[in-house]
This record gives sequence, structure tokens and C-alpha cells, in this order.
Amino acid sequence: MTEASLVGLLEATVSFGALLYLAALGEMVAEKAGILNLGVEGMMAMGAVTGFVVALHSGDPWVALLAAVAAGAAVGLLHGFFTVVLGAEQVVSGLSLTILGLGLSAYLGRGSVGRPAGAELVGVDWGPLTDLPWAGPVLFGQSPLVYLAVVAGFATWFVLWRTRLGLAVRAAGESASTADAAGHSVAGIRLAAVAVGGGLAGAAGAYLTLSLTPQWVEGVVAGRGWIAVALVIFGAWRPGRVAIGALLFGLTLALKTRLQTFGVDFSPILLSMLPYLLTVGVLVVISIRSRNRPSPSPAALGIAYRREER
Amino acid sequence: MTDPHIPTSPVDATTGNPPAVEMLDVWKRFPGVVANAGANLRVRRGSVHAVLGENGAGKSTLMNVLSGVYRADEGEVRIDGTPYHFRTPADALDAGVGMVHQEFRLVPSFTVAENVALGACDRIVRRSAVESAVGALADRFGLATEPDRPVWQLSMGERQRVEILKALWRDARILVLDEPTAVLTPGEADELGAVLRHMADDGRTVVFISHKLHEVTGFCDEATVLRGGRTVAASLFVADTDATELASLMVGASPVVTERPPAREVGEVLLEVQDLRCPDDRGLAALDGLNLTVRSGEIVGIAGVAGNGQREMAQTIAGLRPVESGSVQLCGEDRTDATPRQRFADGLGYIPEDRLGVGLAPRLSVTDNAVLRTYGRHRRGPFLDAAGATDYCHDLVDRFGVRTGPLEEPIAGLSGGNLQRLLVGRELVDGPRVVVAAQPTRGLDVQGVKAIQDLLVSEREAGAAVLLVSEDLDELLTLADRLLVMHAGRIVAEFDPTTAERYVIGEAMIGHSSSASLASSDQGSSR
Repeated sequence: MTEASLVGLLEATVSFGALLYLAALGEMVAEKAGILNLGVEGMMAMGAVTGFVVALHSGDPWVALLAAVAAGAAVGLLHGFFTVVLGAEQVVSGLSLTILGLGLSAYLGRGSVGRPAGAELVGVDWGPLTDLPWAGPVLFGQSPLVYLAVVAGFATWFVLWRTRLGLAVRAAGESASTADAAGHSVAGIRLAAVAVGGGLAGAAGAYLTLSLTPQWVEGVVAGRGWIAVALVIFGAWRPGRVAIGALLFGLTLALKTRLQTFGVDFSPILLSMLPYLLTVGVLVVISIRSRNRPSPSPAALGIAYRREER
Repeated sequence: MTDPHIPTSPVDATTGNPPAVEMLDVWKRFPGVVANAGANLRVRRGSVHAVLGENGAGKSTLMNVLSGVYRADEGEVRIDGTPYHFRTPADALDAGVGMVHQEFRLVPSFTVAENVALGACDRIVRRSAVESAVGALADRFGLATEPDRPVWQLSMGERQRVEILKALWRDARILVLDEPTAVLTPGEADELGAVLRHMADDGRTVVFISHKLHEVTGFCDEATVLRGGRTVAASLFVADTDATELASLMVGASPVVTERPPAREVGEVLLEVQDLRCPDDRGLAALDGLNLTVRSGEIVGIAGVAGNGQREMAQTIAGLRPVESGSVQLCGEDRTDATPRQRFADGLGYIPEDRLGVGLAPRLSVTDNAVLRTYGRHRRGPFLDAAGATDYCHDLVDRFGVRTGPLEEPIAGLSGGNLQRLLVGRELVDGPRVVVAAQPTRGLDVQGVKAIQDLLVSEREAGAAVLLVSEDLDELLTLADRLLVMHAGRIVAEFDPTTAERYVIGEAMIGHSSSASLASSDQGSSR
């Protein structure tokens, strides 16, 4: 294994890690407010196709990114409408959203298959830092979305754990009736959280088609939305731990295409199962620890709230 | 104003102030139930006002209307003389009404300070500043608490103090407490009474829901009695009335009281528990060396503050919870490791405290629930004999007076009393030799309580060994032949119910074995 291939592996790890992190942060925000959204895969697909198509027409990658965020948020809000406003079963609605998002994105992108990207999000100019050995390419040669993911991680932590708004969001996810009795709008909080979550998933989708592999093909998300859902559990609903998990899962994605070139005889198909195996392992640990303390999972996750129900 | 009980002048004669709370002709309907049918309430500022009534009298509904949780279908709410239409709890809080719900509205994973700050705080939350502010407020009102502890670690009494703190933090001038003493020991209840008195003297107004008469006569100024969703007596001065009058107002013209069953010879030991230990759901010791015996023909009552292992005891005897050590013997045979079905075959009837969920399956039909234990008898080859099961269910329903709709409908629509009759009937129909009844009358109306109590007494007459766990001390004192007190997972005292003093039992319940205690929360009899 050469130094160059190791640098390449780390670079890809950070890159995939940031992709997963954006989507997982969004899912974490929604789950912290009590909404389980299994539509991450679909929201990412919608973000991916919207970003690509808007880039084709506008030529501006930032406009395309904003459009992708808006598309993800809109699909997220659809989930919010079904689950928060109509009180529908969250698992069913989320799964439908995945199917809807995958299908609709394939339909919307059918004229864009194989076309060159209209615009790309290119690296930020960090000046001499980019030329550093190792750190240069791994940390400072990345897409702007990687840095956006880092900023989003800190912002999410600060808002959820250091502000009044965050207190209300977490209360809505732990005990909706408590948040309601304290004078917070549970429906408003949950709709906003699921929209933010959708927006971040949309950004992750745009990352795929505007940065990582700047072209559109159907199925470009390739199950990474599901890894993001698993990642939230793996990270025990904490932004810092989710970040560590994102890098770990990012490493497995990066290894998948490189194992052969490193001369390791291990099936990449088995490797791609690793994130799920690790998540199951974490679930076991959580349930053992939860025997004498509350589980880190938001207590009201997945439960619709109706004030006058008795 | 048509209700003769409501004085027409809304102004306090001595101070000239309008009443702190006025609720006029409030109606609230739920599907199939009219919870409030023209209820009225008038509360003087600076007083502790009791709202009394049986279960189902509409007390909680009325208070939920007052605190903005429910919207009344009809009627008017006035705070300090100003009409309000609360749409949310936040509206009520803005008008100065804070409510402490029976089921606490607390986030278990949050700290005390976070729970308090959830109601109101700066945009940016500085943890240490909030914690010291919450601590200062707690000290001012004598509510001992630790602001940085997570709520899941706190006792019920501490959680309640956090709830009161939340209301005070929002500067509630009117504090509504829904059955606040249900989760407290007698000693804690007295402390709470002192805190509420202190707040009333501070110019705040306290509305206190209860069905315990000795608390009303102990520290309330005025009382309003609800029955069947309407006000039957408004703003009585507690000093001018007594427990007997209040009791008859609560239950209506003819109070139904279960008489103490005559003494009876007891027979052989049918249930014996020896040195039983088991952990609770959190892994802490729930049963810590429990010993007890129940003989044929006696009712043994278990008293104790909720959460001292009563639940785990009933579950281990029923075979629903694995034990760590010790033994359970049914009819002389060691059944420590037997399955629930084997124990049923031995003649164990089990009435779980969680009647919808553990006892009955809400979405199954009346018939399906009735044959859950005995479906093996109603079969035709590999199939269920539906006609046979229906006949069986018919008999059961008739014999135990369950009022149901069609037997093939889900039981979820049945009232609490009828659900319990169905459950108790299913468990008792075969004449079990041992009956374990956990909170069998909780939440039932007067007739329902009487019916269930009569069934337990008739099992005793038939020679069964009955273990009765109840939070209602009056029920235990009436029914039990022997009264055991459970504390911290073991039996700490035994009393003869015919001679025991309530306050001595209360002391044993909180783990004070000394009978020389001075505290007596219960000079006024509540029976």
C-alpha cells in the first residue's frame, strides 16, 4: 500500500463521512423532536436530482444546492404533514417517502442521464494549507459541503443543547405532552425539525451529484440514506458520536472500492454490511445499559401527539 | 345563573376582589361520555380550595379546561373577573394558571433545572445560571430539590416538587393540583399541605383535587363537590362542614359501603412465599427477602406506598417475572419456576393492576378476552369452537354482571367497571384456590368497587386464599383479615385491621417501625 493510496483512502473517508453526516444530522434533528423519518433515502434522491437539474439550467452550483435543500425540506414536510398533522403511522409514511422519492427522482431526472454537470461545487481555496502533506488533500482539499457538514454539526449541537429552542425540541421528542404543557407548539416544532432534517438530506443528495460524482444516474444514493438512519442510532443521538460514526462508516464505504487494489481478499459486499452490524451491536449495548438508566433514544420517538386524547 | 348553589354576587364580600377563578356552566363531552355537564366553580383569591368527587365525577376534566389542556364545549372561564378562552396550556399560564397534573409532565432525561427552564428561559441557556436560579426559587418556597439531578432519579415526592416549581417559575398565581397526594406517603402529604398553605398565605390561590376527605378537612379552606360531571355543592366552608357531609355529597343519596365480612375459620396454607428476591425493571432490588403466607378462607391485605415492590410481588407469584432467589409455593407445591399456565392449572387466579394491557387485550372481542385463559377447552379438532366460546362468554357475562355490547365487538369501548368485572369474572369463574388481586378497584366508581369487593369476599367464603394489594387503606381495613405492610421489597409490619391505628400503619408504610410517632395525618376519619 503506497502513501498516495492511503492518502486517497483517508480523503475518501472524510468525503463519504461528510456525506453520511449531513443526512444523519438531519435525521437526528427530526428524531430528537420525536419524528422518525425513514424517507432519508428518498429525500436524498430528490435533493440529488433537483441539484443536478437546477445546475444544468442555472449553471450556478450554489443556486442548485439551495434548490436541493428546498426539495429535501419539501419532501420532509410532506412526511410532517402525514405524521404530525394527520397523525399517520411514521414508519409507513417514511417508507412510502423513500419509494416516492426514488421514483419521482428517476422520473424528473430521466432527461439528464449521462449529461455532463451544469455546475460543480469545487474545493475551497485554503491557500498554502492545501499543499500540506497528508492534511492538505484529506482536510483542505474537500468539497465545500464537507465544511458545511462540520458547521452544521456544531450548529446542531449548540442549538439543541444550549438554547431555549433546543430545549423545546428535545422535550417534544422526549415527552410531547410536557412540551405542550410548557407552552411550546409540539406540531410546529416537529414540522420544523422534519423540514430541517429534509433540508440536510437534500444537501447530502446534492453533494452526490454536484461534488462527489457530478452526474445523474438513477439510484445514485445507493442505500446511503439507510446508513444515515442507522448512524443516528450508532451515534446515540449525539452530534459528536454521530460524527465519529460517520467517519467510521465513511471508511467502510471508501474501503469498498479500494480493498481489491490494496490486495486484500475480502468481499466488498460483506464490508458494506458492516455499518448495519455495528449498529445492531450498539443497539444491544444500549439495551443492556438501559436496564438501569433511560435509553438515549428520544422517549416519544415515533408517537403521534394528540392533546385531547385520553 | 340557574344553579341554586352558586351565589349571585361574584365579589368577595370581605376584600371586594373578584374571585380568582370562576367557571360557569362548563360542558365537556368525549366520545360516549359527558365528563362535565354544567359544572361550576368559584375560588376565592388566597385560599386553598378543594375540588372533591368520586372517580369519574369530572374533576380532572374540569381542571384540564381551567388549565387550557381541554377546550370546553360550552361555558365560561374567568380569571380575576376577566373572561378567557384558553386554547392551549400556554394561554392559561399567561393568565397565571399553572397545573400540576396527576401524571407528571416532566421529561425524565432532563435535569430538574432543564425541566423548570422548559417553561421559560433566555434564548441562550446557561446551565449554571439556570440551576442556581431554580435552586433559589426552591429555597424560597421550602421545596427541597437538587437542580442538577436528572428527573428519572427522583422519587415521586421530589418529582411533584419539581412540578410545583415549574408553576412557580412561570409565576403562576393560581396553582391547580390534580390528586397531588395519590403518589405521596402520609408524611409527604402533610408536608405538601404546609407548602400549599404557605403559598396561599403568600397571596396565591390553590385549587386542590382530591377524594381523600381527611386532606380536605386538614388543610383546605373551601370545598366544591362534583358528582356526575356537575357541581352538587359549591364553595362550602370547610370549617362549617364535616367529612360525613362531604362523603354523602360525593356519593349521592345512599352511599354504598362494603361491610366488614364476618370472621371465619382459616384452613391450610395455600400460598407461601419464602425469602423472595427479584430485581425491578431498572435492575435494582424490588423484592428483598419477601416472606408471607395466605391460608384458605382469609384475605391478606398488602398496604404500602406505590413502588415498594407490590407490583413485582404480584408478578412473581403469577409467574410473569423471574425471581433471583427464594420460593413460591401454591397449594403446598413448589411453583417458583412454573409458567403462568401451570399456575393457572394449579388454581391461581390473577387480577393484574394493569387491566387493559396485561389483563385484557383492548382490540380483541369480549368473547376472545373471556376465553384467553381457557381457549383449550373450546376447540373442535385444531380449530376454535366459536359457538362454544360464545356460549361460555354469555354465561360469564351474565354471572358477573358485565354490561357489554355485542360480544364480538372489541372490549375497548367498555367502561372501567365492566372491563374489571369481565377480567375478575374470567379469573374467578373456575373457583380458584388462590387469588392474587392487584389494585382491583382502582379507578372504579362506587358500584364497581362494591361489586369487585363482594366478589373477593365470596371467594374467601368459598375457601380461597386471597392476596389483595391495594393503595386504598380503607378498602384494606374493611376487607382484610390480616394487614401486611410492604416497604422496600419486604414485609415490615403486620396489623390486625380491626384494631390497627391508621397513623401507625402510615408510619410503617414509610419505613418507620416505631409506633411512638407523633405525626398523625388522620385525626378525622375518612370513612
